[in-house]
Amino acid sequence: MTTPEPHAGNVWPIWEVFVRSSRGLSHVHAGSLHAPDAAMALRNARDLYTRRNEGVSIWVVPADAIASSDPDSKGSFFESPQGKDYRHATYYTKSEGVKHL
Amino acid sequence: MASQTLQSVPAEPSPARHEQSLEDVARRDAEGQAYFDKVMAEDSRIEPRDWMPAAYRKTLLRQISQHAHSEIIGMQPEANWISRAPSLKRKAILMAKVQDEAGHGLYLYSAAETLGQPRDQMMQDLMDGKAKYSSIFNYPARTWADMGAIGWMVDGAAIANQVPLCRASFGPYGRAMVRVCKEESFHQRQGFEILLELSHGTPEQKQMAQEAVNRWYAPALMMFGPPDDDSPNSKQSMAWNIKRFSNDELRNRFVGMMMEQVKVLELTLPDKDIRFNEETKKWEHGPLDWDEFHEVLAGRGPCNAQRLERRREAHLEGAWVREAAAAYAEKQAKKQAEKVSVA
Repeated sequence: MTTPEPHAGNVWPIWEVFVRSSRGLSHVHAGSLHAPDAAMALRNARDLYTRRNEGVSIWVVPADAIASSDPDSKGSFFESPQGKDYRHATYYTKSEGVKHL
Repeated sequence: MASQTLQSVPAEPSPARHEQSLEDVARRDAEGQAYFDKVMAEDSRIEPRDWMPAAYRKTLLRQISQHAHSEIIGMQPEANWISRAPSLKRKAILMAKVQDEAGHGLYLYSAAETLGQPRDQMMQDLMDGKAKYSSIFNYPARTWADMGAIGWMVDGAAIANQVPLCRASFGPYGRAMVRVCKEESFHQRQGFEILLELSHGTPEQKQMAQEAVNRWYAPALMMFGPPDDDSPNSKQSMAWNIKRFSNDELRNRFVGMMMEQVKVLELTLPDKDIRFNEETKKWEHGPLDWDEFHEVLAGRGPCNAQRLERRREAHLEGAWVREAAAAYAEKQAKKQAEKVSVA
């Protein structure tokens, strides 16, 4: 388990918490918390985000370790699917009414 | 609310490196504002890394951190009764409730942190008396029946306030409120049950329940904030889709709910002026002492000093735990690094 660099003073780093609510489902972001290391982050996540059987599995990830897309470049980063309706089944209308297709 | 200006506000996030010229910054602001306006018009959500007006960030930070502080301070009036709860069942329930309040505080601090303010700074502001929290928690919980009245009325008012906040335009705040609201309904029901049991108990118990309801009624109504004509920030918060209903609207709705529920309890509300206005189709209540509200908010309520003192004490008493955990984490990290270098 990785542990991010402790920050200046006694400030514990931030961890993002992902919870699998039941078998067969993926882990979903539940929130974040502060903890000095991964083991404590898991324990804190259990106490904070699963007090009512909300999960069967927890991931904690140092917030610093997450790379994310730039919110300012929404258009340019995500534009590629635009104009590519043919990637969706709804694009193909001639087969309407044909069974099992 | 002058002391609000003392609360630390984080510096604006610095613009990305490639935007050095003033024109670039101005262009980014104009584009950001246009996008922000579109999000508001579509009633969509703003996320932490989106551009947002400085005043929007500041308003949210103030509201969410005050909300978090309220949850944390709100643990005190009830924690005070854990050791004196009348049964093991009630003790377990009260402990779960107080633990929930701590959890709610942490969800909200997390949401506030996404706006750029470190949690430690917010906590420091609280302990330094620079930050505000709900005036309700500065009233004492005198008897066991107060646990009932707090659950039924205080948590009830909190729910009425918080349900519309689940749709607040700032994503992390709305998501935190969804979680809080789900957990909060048990709080209100357990309070109602305490009052119901007392009101069907001995005459002394019934009287104790009635007195607790009398004590908490007005402070609970004041939790919705000052009347609309004296609430200068409300209009802007509604324009920003943070607030969905006015203070008076929520308060009146709450009074209507209390009026129905109090009948089941076979108790009364200490307000002879409650009436349903046939014209406006709204419930109305008697006058509230807004001078008292402002006094309590300004730090001169019955328990303000005691609450802050207890918070500081708890923080100091917990210092060794934080230090030990940090030292252990550092030691483990060092060991891990040595293992890696040997291998």
